Amino acid sequence: MQTQDNTMTENPRETSDKKPEKATDPAIESGLERLTPERIQKTINQVLEQETGPRFKAYVETCMRCGLCADACSYFLSNDRDPYFMPAAKVKNTIWEMLAKKGNVSKDFLRQAVRISHLECNVCKRCAMYCPFGIDIAYMMLLVRRICHKLEITPQYIQDTVNSHSVTLNQMWVKDDEWIDTLQWQEEDARDEFENLQIPLDKVGADIMYSVIAPEPKFQAGLIYQAATLMHAAGIDWTMPSTPGWDNSNMAMYTGDNEISGRIARAFFETAAKLRVKRIVMGECGHAFRSVYDMGNRWNSWVMPPFEVVHALAFYHELLTEGRITITEKYKKKVTLHDPCNVSRGRGLHDKARQVVNMVCEDFVDMVPNREHNYCCGAGGGVINCGPPYKGERMQNNKNKAEQLAATGAEVLIAPCHNCHSGLEDIIQHYDLKMEIKFLGDLIYETMEKKIYTPGE
Amino acid sequence: MNSFIAFIMGPMVWISAIIFVGGLLFKCISIIQSVRQKEPHIFSYMTVKHSLRSIGAWLVPFFPKSTRLRPVYYTISYLFHILLFVVPLFLASHIVLINEAFQVSWPALNDSLADWLTLLVIAALIFFAVRRQMVPEITYLTSATDYLLILLVLLPFVTGFIAYHQWFAYRWMAVAHVLSGELMLIIIPFSRFSHMLTAPLTRAYMGSEFGNVRHARDW
Repeated sequence: MQTQDNTMTENPRETSDKKPEKATDPAIESGLERLTPERIQKTINQVLEQETGPRFKAYVETCMRCGLCADACSYFLSNDRDPYFMPAAKVKNTIWEMLAKKGNVSKDFLRQAVRISHLECNVCKRCAMYCPFGIDIAYMMLLVRRICHKLEITPQYIQDTVNSHSVTLNQMWVKDDEWIDTLQWQEEDARDEFENLQIPLDKVGADIMYSVIAPEPKFQAGLIYQAATLMHAAGIDWTMPSTPGWDNSNMAMYTGDNEISGRIARAFFETAAKLRVKRIVMGECGHAFRSVYDMGNRWNSWVMPPFEVVHALAFYHELLTEGRITITEKYKKKVTLHDPCNVSRGRGLHDKARQVVNMVCEDFVDMVPNREHNYCCGAGGGVINCGPPYKGERMQNNKNKAEQLAATGAEVLIAPCHNCHSGLEDIIQHYDLKMEIKFLGDLIYETMEKKIYTPGE
Repeated sequence: MNSFIAFIMGPMVWISAIIFVGGLLFKCISIIQSVRQKEPHIFSYMTVKHSLRSIGAWLVPFFPKSTRLRPVYYTISYLFHILLFVVPLFLASHIVLINEAFQVSWPALNDSLADWLTLLVIAALIFFAVRRQMVPEITYLTSATDYLLILLVLLPFVTGFIAYHQWFAYRWMAVAHVLSGELMLIIIPFSRFSHMLTAPLTRAYMGSEFGNVRHARDW
């Protein structure tokens, strides 16, 4: 029910009463239970007054409620254009309300704020491209997440990954010896294909440090195998660190735990510094790239990362154009390409990615919209990391992505980002899209010539 | 009453102009100071090239994607913003007053044209108000403030139009026109209308983040 001055009342979701009771989890509920009104008010005011500056002030003071941001957001488009999901509405139901009430908000409000910021926004920044003023709604959602973090009401599963980061420096509680064991296991397997293949550990002075995200050794060790064969075939002088700091993922960035986020980024760069490598190459991940390129580094007062960080897409492009990797026979199935937000809007690698796809595949069909305007996968930005309690609504909120994918008529979807890959896999399954999903590295591995590069060939 | 009117038509014009210009200037300076104090990294990332690129892109009608998705609204808004400045600045009656005060003048709009343009501005404002009621996503965001702000801009244009045509009680209309114009000018620096200052700044920043850091386009 909307009152005259349009503040939130007991039932803010007046436009969609038909939706089922919203899921929650023990971390949110127990966190809320522990809160007192004084702590709530103090924390919110501290973050909004001391951790923001003129940018935030301008964003909040000059939104003209023009509504151009609505069409940007997958949530709005997937939920029958329900105004509740538009970017400006997300800000209204969190930030504006907090400011209007001077931080004096209820637990019900906070329960909703956790949802809006963690489950109903992927911080993909598509809305910042649609707002005529360039208002960064994603930045404001991250601010709300910061408040939730400080109030200790972050959703359980993603908080667990941050706890893991803080203890082990990786996202998945991988122990030091497990890490090394996994690398050696993949190295041994890969020697079936390439006799002398090595995954050089802690090689000081190598050209490249290769880094992965923690789910890789945990669930997707085959990707490490693939990367190793790629490096070996291309004749790259490379290394991987054996010590913590090998994980370039950073879930703390997405829970607003900036302190841990900064610690992770610092450890990552210090690992590279200890190995005195020239560049860092990372696997196909989006948020990991962002954490070292424009978030974790900034917390540590580095304007730009202290090492050149090369995303897998740019690296593949380099290897293929330099002829270090050659393709024997192009991939025949009809493929389409998803543009992960942190790699496209986040680093402009969409054109290079397409060049690589066209070098590797015969039949490429672009989805619409694409490049910077591609829709979010619906999983990234920490949303999928909030875990199983929320999968059902995530599927509902990704409806427009499913429609976009189906419209391509492609057999194979290339998703060059781990979270995108997982989320899109869920979408394909849920909406029965009959598509295969692959990393770009998968296709390169499948079609590349299995020989060692010699210069001058 | 006479002295009140004399004040409104005299010193108050100056006061409101000073508050308008001074207010925006003060806001601009305090923003820059605040950036230096709280977010100095902004200076590290902003570039003139990318700022201008983004501002330029968003000034070209229908160039950015989001503007193409709401063409009717965007056309009206775009024209409205141009006329909002052009009509008062190039109105013969205003130029006469400026000439009397400062001995400068510039070419004026043909009176009949100015009339039609004023009606366009009024129509645009009515469109904005009606849109706030009719488009669900806009209604969701709308509050009383939005209607009041529309009214604030409507009044000078409506009263000016009526005063020019000398309908009803001309002298009172003229006073109402001056008063409503002064009110609008005074409120600009202290309301959402300050976006006339901050929108180029936030646009420039986003343009720099996207262009200089992310190597992507923000339109």
